[in-house]
Amino acid sequence: MTELRVPTRMGDGSRVERTRSELRADIEAGTAEGARRAKCPPLDADELDHLLDIYASPASFTAVDIGEQVVLSCDGGGSKMTGTDLQDLLESEQRLGQDILELWHIEYSYKAIKTILPFQQQVMQNAQLMLTAPIQYGAQPNLAFYSKPDGPAENWFELLPQGRIAESRAAIEEAMEHATRDFVYVSDGMMEAGADGMDFDTTGGAGDADLLSTLRAVEQIRRTWPEAGIELGMAGEFVIGVHGELEWKGRRLAGMWPKEQVEVAQEAGATIFGPAVNIRASQSCAWNAAFALTVVKPCMEVARIPVHPNVGQGVCGVPVNGYPGEDASSRAAKACVEILRCDGL
Amino acid sequence: MDVTHALAAGMGGIRTAGDLVARMQMSRGMRLKEAKEYVAGRLGCTVRDLSDSYAMEQLRGELGLGRILDHSNLHPGAPTAMAAKFRIAELLGLRINCVERFREMAGL
Repeated sequence: MTELRVPTRMGDGSRVERTRSELRADIEAGTAEGARRAKCPPLDADELDHLLDIYASPASFTAVDIGEQVVLSCDGGGSKMTGTDLQDLLESEQRLGQDILELWHIEYSYKAIKTILPFQQQVMQNAQLMLTAPIQYGAQPNLAFYSKPDGPAENWFELLPQGRIAESRAAIEEAMEHATRDFVYVSDGMMEAGADGMDFDTTGGAGDADLLSTLRAVEQIRRTWPEAGIELGMAGEFVIGVHGELEWKGRRLAGMWPKEQVEVAQEAGATIFGPAVNIRASQSCAWNAAFALTVVKPCMEVARIPVHPNVGQGVCGVPVNGYPGEDASSRAAKACVEILRCDGL
Repeated sequence: MDVTHALAAGMGGIRTAGDLVARMQMSRGMRLKEAKEYVAGRLGCTVRDLSDSYAMEQLRGELGLGRILDHSNLHPGAPTAMAAKFRIAELLGLRINCVERFREMAGL
């Protein structure tokens, strides 16, 4: 008898058809690859069965069980098409029912935000007068912006291919000093304007130094603002060793996977950690979900703070295209909540 | 995608008690189970009630914690926004940053 084929998606968002057996094979391959790469156990049999049930359904939409809903934070959020930041935030609160709102600017880098801080502070103050839900301020560390020609430090991405390792590391260390100072400056400004917390989005995007400059800032912000929310969201599943020798309290950052990432994040003073696992566009979403859950699961076991896996475009099983299918996005959300038992998304 | 996640897995923000649970995660770093139990205890309801928009609309109205406003569901005279956050801070035993700033600026 011919097996029924169900519509599903690839990591690039395109629609394909798979049989249940093919989906099972994808899921088994995804968890095996995740376990091999992160040196952690694969998903167990019950988890694989559950994931298969989620992905082998032909339903156009899926959701977690009643009462099992989780807190939604967001990096960015809203549409920027509603006229003003205030309207955008109001819409997110009143129409989308977001749990944590985020004020952000299209430049979305702490370095850029520093130059327009008073404008963003005023929006935050106004927004806090008009909204009930918590509002954090978000931007990205983007350490590379501190290298020439955009910033003051030598450009280590030009020096490294020339084999000038010591100069590269010196440039990275100089950039980190500027970066941490900016992160703290913007955070102090936004907290003074009434923010409920700060979001460091896409941390580690420029490698281990990007992460270390953020951890140093988080530690300082926590000291100054003991009750601030501090969300630290990652750029990818694996910290790239651009510098290679940087450590956080004796622990080498390069090569860290989500389990070690959450440990340093919570030690620095973050209150929400967002692991990110980048999509493999040529694999199915079922494969990608299995891979993502496998590498994030060890982090759930050591986390003392809430873990909100990133489920935006191109991470943790959500396709990488601009408008990911609702079928695929909702399956990724359900899989994270029901298999990881995560605290939010 | 925001809508997808809100419907698939989100607590519902101020339509339910999502904002209150979120505040415990943000300010105290509470994991989900602990945060939900804490908020349910403070509200005097069950954990399942926290993401039930019917139950929470009643409770938020009674306690003055702010609700969704639309043309068929208006509550003039009831606390919203900053006024509601004063009540939320007291209910949850939290120091909400903007409430403290408002208090200072208004000389309260």
